[in-house]
Amino acid sequence: MKLLDVENLKVSFPTRTGVFDAVRGVSFTLGQERLGIVGESGSGKSMTGRAILRLIRPPGRVTADRIAIEGEDILSMSEKQMRSVRGQRISMVLQDPKFSLNPVMRVGDQITEAYSVHAKSSRAETRRKALEMLEAVSIRDPERVFRSYPHEMSGGMGQRIMIAMMLIPEPKILIADEPTSALDVSVQGQVLNIMDKLVQQRGMGLILISHDLNLVSSFCDRVLIMYAGRIVETCRADALHDAQHPYTRGLLNSLPRLDEPRTQLEVLKRDPAWSEAPSVSGAS
Amino acid sequence: MSSLRNWLITDTPTSRRHAQLASFYHGWLEFKANRLALLGLVILCLLVLIAALAPWIAPHSPFSQDLGNRLQPLGSDEHLLGTDSLGRDLLSRLIYGSRITLYIVALVALIAPIAGLFVGTVAGYVGGWTDTILMRITDIFLAFPRLILALAFVAALGAGIENAVLAISLTAWPPYARIARAETLSIRRSDYISAVKLQGAGALRIITKHIWPLCIASLIVRITLDMAGIILAAAGLGFLGLGARPPSPEWGAMIAEGRKFILDFWWVATVPGLAIFTVSLAFNLLGDGLRDVLDPKSNK
Repeated sequence: MKLLDVENLKVSFPTRTGVFDAVRGVSFTLGQERLGIVGESGSGKSMTGRAILRLIRPPGRVTADRIAIEGEDILSMSEKQMRSVRGQRISMVLQDPKFSLNPVMRVGDQITEAYSVHAKSSRAETRRKALEMLEAVSIRDPERVFRSYPHEMSGGMGQRIMIAMMLIPEPKILIADEPTSALDVSVQGQVLNIMDKLVQQRGMGLILISHDLNLVSSFCDRVLIMYAGRIVETCRADALHDAQHPYTRGLLNSLPRLDEPRTQLEVLKRDPAWSEAPSVSGAS
Repeated sequence: MSSLRNWLITDTPTSRRHAQLASFYHGWLEFKANRLALLGLVILCLLVLIAALAPWIAPHSPFSQDLGNRLQPLGSDEHLLGTDSLGRDLLSRLIYGSRITLYIVALVALIAPIAGLFVGTVAGYVGGWTDTILMRITDIFLAFPRLILALAFVAALGAGIENAVLAISLTAWPPYARIARAETLSIRRSDYISAVKLQGAGALRIITKHIWPLCIASLIVRITLDMAGIILAAAGLGFLGLGARPPSPEWGAMIAEGRKFILDFWWVATVPGLAIFTVSLAFNLLGDGLRDVLDPKSNK
C-alpha cells in the first residue's frame, strides 16, 4: 500500500487583492522511497509539506480530493485525531535547528516530551530510548548532550538532535523541509547520510524538500519539480539531468558544473505558459 | 579567599558545575558594580531579617498600650522612636509592620503575575476572538486608576489585609498580561513551536510547557519594578482605613493615626512614612539592578 496518497491538493491564502494560490492541484504518491521535491522559492514546496500535516495557519485554506496516510483519509479527521497523526505517523524536520529547538528546554526533555506522552512508558525507559536515539544519530556523548541546552550545540548537532526527536515515535513518513540549508557543506552530507540510514532501516517514506538540484538528484529515488504551485515534471532522480521540461532544463543550465565549464551561466527565462499548464501527476 | 575568587573568575572551567558557578559569579559581579542596587538589596535583606526575627528584636509588644506614656518624643527612655497616641512603642510597631508589608508584597507578587501570565499567553496564543475579548477586558482594567479601583473592591469586599491583597492583585495584573501577550506573539511564530506542534502537541501543552518558561524572565524584572507600587498601594489602602484593621501595625494605618497630631507630634506619622519610603526605594533600586543583569538583550 502507498504510505501517502495526495490528490489534487490546493492551498490558498485570501489577500486584500484576491485569493493567492500557493499550491494549485498537486497530486502524488509516496511509497517506501525517498521522494525529492525541488523548485524555486515560492513554488509551493514547503506549503505542500505543511498541508499534508494540516499545519497551514489560518486564514490559509487547504483543499484536496484526497490526502490519505496508509489508506486512511486525514482530511476528515478532527483536530484531536490529527494530533495523534502528527509525530506518530508523519513527522517533519525543519530547516534551521537554531530556531526549531526551544532555547530554554534541555535537549533531553525536548526529545522525550512527545514520546513520553504518547508511549506512556516509564521515565527510565524513555530516557534509555532517547539516549539510544541520540547514539543512532551519531552523537558521541549522548549523556552530556541529553543534559545540555540547544545553544550549547553546533548546527549539525542541532539538526541531528532534531532528527532524533522526530524519529523517536517511529513515524511512517518523514518530511524534511530543507534540512541542510542552514548547515555547513561539510556537515550536510553527514546529516543526510544519518537520515537516510535511519529511514532505510525503519522502512519509512521520506519526502525531501530542497532547492538544491544536485543534492536531490544524488540522494533521492524520485523527484518532483514544482513551479508556481504545480508539479511540472516528475522523473527518476538519477535521470534528472536528462529532464525534458524547459523549466527543469533552465534550472539545470543555471548551475555551474565542473565537467562543463562555461564563461557565462544561463539565466532562467520564464514562460507564462508553464504556470498555466496542468499539473503532472506525481504518482509512481 | 583570593584563590576562591580566582577559581570563580577563571576562563577555563573544569566542570559543568564550575562553569555554572562562574557564570553566576559574573552576574553577581555585574550586579555588585551597581552600588545603588546593592544598597537596595542590603535594605531588603535587613527587612526580611527584621520581619523574621520580630518577636526577638522588638523591645515591646506592638499592641500593649500605656496611656501614661503616650506621645513620647524620639529618643526617650525605653522608647527609641517614641510612642503613639495610645502609648504603644513605635519601634516595635514598625518592626511588626514589616511582616505585614512583606506578606502583602509577596502575595500580590505571586497572584498578579500568574493571573497576567495566564490571560496574556492564552490571548496571544489562541488569537482571534479570544484575544480580542481578553485584551479588551485587560484594557478596561488598565483604564481605571489603580488606587480607586482597589478602593472600590475593598469597599465591596470589606476591609482587611486579605481583601487588600486581592484588590491590589486585581488592579496589578493587566500590565503582566500585556507583557506576556507580547512575548507570546513573538514566540508562537517561532520554529520550535511549529516543531512541537508537528509532533502532535496541543495548545495547553504548548502554552504551559513551552511558552510560560520563556515569558518568565521579562515578568520577573517587571515584578521587582512593581513592588514599590504595590507597597504604596497597600499603605494607601491602610491610610484610608480600608487595608489592615486599626490595632494591626500596618505602616499606612500608622500614618493615618499619626496624621491627627502631625503638627505637635510629627514623628508619629513620619517614622512609618520613612519606613515606607525606604523600602519602596530599595525595591526600585533592586529592580533596576536586576534588570541590567537579567536583560538578555543588553550587551555583555
